[in-house]
Amino acid sequence: MSDMDEMDEGSGIVKKFMFLNRKAPHGTVYALEGLEVVLITAAFDQDVSMVFTDDGVYQLMKGIDTKGIEVKDFSKTYRALEGYDIEKLYVDQASLDARGLTEDDLIVDVTVLAVDEMANLMAEQDVVISF
Amino acid sequence: MLHIVNKSATERSSLESCLRMATQGSAVLLIEDAVCAATNGNAAAAKIQAAAAGLKIYALGPDLAARGMTGRVLDGVNVVDYGGFVDLVAEHSNCQSWL
Repeated sequence: MSDMDEMDEGSGIVKKFMFLNRKAPHGTVYALEGLEVVLITAAFDQDVSMVFTDDGVYQLMKGIDTKGIEVKDFSKTYRALEGYDIEKLYVDQASLDARGLTEDDLIVDVTVLAVDEMANLMAEQDVVISF
Repeated sequence: MLHIVNKSATERSSLESCLRMATQGSAVLLIEDAVCAATNGNAAAAKIQAAAAGLKIYALGPDLAARGMTGRVLDGVNVVDYGGFVDLVAEHSNCQSWL
């Protein structure tokens, strides 16, 4: 079998990828870099879940205005994920609670999960990539 | 003294260490991810409000706006712009950044 045949055979495999976002936006580059990697992954037709826990929930805040700190506002990009067939967005309930936030404060429709549901979702993934 | 904190209180212990060390009448300026601590409902809110009795607490407005937090700032926290940041540095004889 040639290398090319192996690649063709491999191209049909769909794995479950979880992108775990745990950092607030802007203070570090993790949130923006994570989003860019997710968009790249979308080109490979994988089963992608995007998860927001801890300070990662801040990435999805409505009303973000970055003009004053002169950095790119990438929060609108989360709304474009649907167009890349990335529709599985999950948020940790306890992380919202600890920050005085509710689902209504978020810029996109998400599924809010309790900690045991989030734990199970993580356990069933083939690959977890953390930002 | 002016204390400056730039790390999120729900991720690092910088704010807690700062509030432990800041003496009566000192100023604490929250910038970057640290501004989230000064918002309603945040897990660190009670600590900040308790500290505000003896310290002057400030948060940088542009960093609040960049995190969608402009309308959520705790009572007793003063919002400053970059000019206010410069004034705080100039007004205080020394400063400590809790990196």
